[in-house]
Amino acid sequence: MEPFIRHTGVVAPLDRVDVDTDQIIPKQFLKRIERTGFGQFAFFDWRYNEDGTPNPEFELNRPGYEGASVLVAGRNFGCGSSREHAPWALEDMGFRTIIAPSYADIFFNNCFKNGMLPVVLPEATVNEIMARAKERPGYQVTVDLEKQTVEDEEGLVAPFDVDPFRRHCLLNGLDDIGLTLQHADEIAHYEQKRSPLLPVTAG
Amino acid sequence: MSAQPKMLFEKIWDAHVVHEAPGEPALLYIDLHLVHEVTSPQAFDGLRLSGRTVRRPDLTVATMDHNVPTWDRKLPITDDVSRQQMETLARNCEEFGIPLYDLHSDKQGIVHVIGPELGLTQPGLTIVCGDSHTSTHGAFGALAFGIGTSEVEHVLATQCLQQAKPKTMEVRVDGRLGRGVTAKDVILAIIGRIGTAGGTGYVIEYTGEAIRSLSMEGRMTVCNMSIEAGARAGMVAPDDKTFAYLEGRPHAPQGKAFERAVDFWRTLPTDEGASYDRVEVFDAGEMAPHVTWGTNPGMVVPVTGRVPDPASFAEDADRRATKRALEYMGLKPGTAIEDIPIDRVFIGSCTNARIEDLRAAAAMIHGKKAHPSVYAMVVPGSMPVKFQAEAEGLHEIFKTAGFDWREAGCSMCLGMNPDILKPGERCASTSNRNFEGRQGKGGRTHLVSPQMAAAAAIAGHFVDIRKWEN
Ligand code: SF4
Repeated sequence: MEPFIRHTGVVAPLDRVDVDTDQIIPKQFLKRIERTGFGQFAFFDWRYNEDGTPNPEFELNRPGYEGASVLVAGRNFGCGSSREHAPWALEDMGFRTIIAPSYADIFFNNCFKNGMLPVVLPEATVNEIMARAKERPGYQVTVDLEKQTVEDEEGLVAPFDVDPFRRHCLLNGLDDIGLTLQHADEIAHYEQKRSPLLPVTAG
Repeated sequence: MSAQPKMLFEKIWDAHVVHEAPGEPALLYIDLHLVHEVTSPQAFDGLRLSGRTVRRPDLTVATMDHNVPTWDRKLPITDDVSRQQMETLARNCEEFGIPLYDLHSDKQGIVHVIGPELGLTQPGLTIVCGDSHTSTHGAFGALAFGIGTSEVEHVLATQCLQQAKPKTMEVRVDGRLGRGVTAKDVILAIIGRIGTAGGTGYVIEYTGEAIRSLSMEGRMTVCNMSIEAGARAGMVAPDDKTFAYLEGRPHAPQGKAFERAVDFWRTLPTDEGASYDRVEVFDAGEMAPHVTWGTNPGMVVPVTGRVPDPASFAEDADRRATKRALEYMGLKPGTAIEDIPIDRVFIGSCTNARIEDLRAAAAMIHGKKAHPSVYAMVVPGSMPVKFQAEAEGLHEIFKTAGFDWREAGCSMCLGMNPDILKPGERCASTSNRNFEGRQGKGGRTHLVSPQMAAAAAIAGHFVDIRKWEN
C-alpha cells in the first residue's frame, strides 16, 4: 500500500449530507472484476446527463475543480453498502483524502485499507473549508497526517484526531495481512482450541 | 457464574480474540465467511498476486445472488459482464476449494437468506461477508457484520479480522405490536427516530417483549436493517424460537450434539446487571405501519402521516436534504401518504423475502387483483423459499392476482440484474434502501412491509392495512 504522509491539493466541495455509496459508484459498475478504472463512473448519475455529457449543475463539474484531490463533504459520508468500489472510484477519480464531519463505518474502514485518509473535523470547520472552496475554486489545503492538521494559506490550522494504529499503518504503508500473519502461531493455537461442534460449510 | 456480568456481544467478542495489544485493534477469529460474486473477485486476485491461499475453505461458503437473472434459469445470461462475474466466482471457488451454491443449485439464494436456512448461522458465532446486510445473521445471537473487499481478502488469507471494539446500544421495544404492524415497521420506526447515523460505532442488541414475540424471520428483518441506522451489527439473544428454527437444518448439530449446543447457546444471553453504553426505549403499542417518503430509510412516517415540509426542519442541512429528496421523489409537502399512487411493487430482498413474508403478502391479496396500473413482482429470497411457497400454493395466489412470480436473487433490491425501475416510476418495495437510483436511475422507492406492499398493489396507492378488509 502507498503510504500517506502529507498531501496538498485543490479542494472539491460536495455540500450534501448522507452521500451514500450507491451515489459514489452506482451498481451497474460493480460488475467489473478489477480494482481499477472506476473513477470515470464515480457519482455517475449526478455527474453526467442522459446523453453522457457532463452535467454542468453538478458541483464537481464546475470550472476550477479539475484535478481536485481533496474532497470535502457533509456528515455521514459513504453510508449504505459495503462496496469497496466506492473508495476505489474516489481514488481513481484523483482523491487522496476526504474531509467530513462524520462517515459511515464500513466506508471509513475501507478508505484506510486503500491508503486514503478520511479526516474528521468539527462541522463548523468543515463548513468553513466548504465555503472557501466554493467561493474560490482552486482553493488548496494541506492535510498532514504526521502533524494531524489541515492547513491552508489563509491561516486556517485545524487539528484532527486519528486512531494511532491506523495512523501508523498509513504513514508506513503497511499491509494488514502481513501484520496479521505475524500472529500465525496464535491463530493456529486458537484453532486447536476451537470446539469441534462448530459448523463447517462443506458436505 | 462469573463475577462480572457480561453482554451477549461481549461474550462472543471475548471468546474470539486471538491477539490483543494496547493501542491496536483486536484480532478476531471468524467462524463463518460468506462470499458472493460482487465483492470477492478482487480479493481472490489479491491472494493470487501475493501467493497466498484460503486458510479455511471449510469455514467459507459462496453463492450467486446480486447479478443473477430471476427469469428462467435455463436461458442463457444475456449480460456478458454479469456472466463473467459469476463465472469468475465459480472459478475462484473451484481453485480454492470453497463450497458454492451456484445459479443452478436448488439451495441458491440471497446470501443472508441461505446462511440461516442451511443452519450455518448459529448463536455465538462470528460471521462476516462482503455485504453490509450481514447484520441479518445477528438475529440468531451471532456477531455478524459487513466488510469491504480488502477485509474479505484478509479473512480468506487469515480467517481473522482486525477490529476495534465497538460500543454497545440496547434498543428495547416494550409492549405488543398491534395488528398490521410488522418487524419492518419496528425497524423503520427505530431508524426514523435514531437516524441513519444514529447507530454509528455501536453494536445494537434488540430486547424487549415486542422483539421476543417476533418470529426468527421477523428478527432477521429487524437485524438486517441495523446497518441503515449506521450500526456495526444488530443482535437478538437466542431463545427457544432460535433453537427450534435451527433443529434439523442441514448444518446444525444433530442429535446429542444439538443438545450440547443448546446448553451452550443458553449461556449466551446478556447477564442481569450488564450495562450498555447507550439505551433507547420504544413502545410497540405506539407503532404504526410505516412508509418512507424520501431518499434514505430515516425519511419515514407512519402511513397515516404526510410528506413533510422542508421548512419544518430546524437545521439548514436537513432542509436542503429534504428539499432535494422531495424533488427527486416527485412529492409535494403535505401530501397524505395514502394519496400517493404507485406504479410498481417489489416483494423481495434479504429484508423481506422469506417464507413468512410471502405468506403474509399472499394473505393480503387472496382472491383480489392487482390495480390495472400497477406491475407487481415477487422474488423469493432463495430457491428453498420458492419451493416451499409453491408447495403451499402461494404462487397461485400471486399469479391469480396478476403478480409476476420469479426465481431467487437480489433482483430489484439493487437492480444489478435486468430488474429495474424506469425513470420516474414509483415503487412500493419490501427492500431496505430507498437511495436515489438504487432500484434504477430516476426510480422512486418507498420502503414498506410485505403486507403494505401487497395491499398497495391492489389499491394502486398506499393504504393503512389496519383498516384493510380481507
Ligand atoms: S437483497 Fe439487496 S440488500 Fe440484500 S444482499 Fe441482495 S442487494 Fe444486498
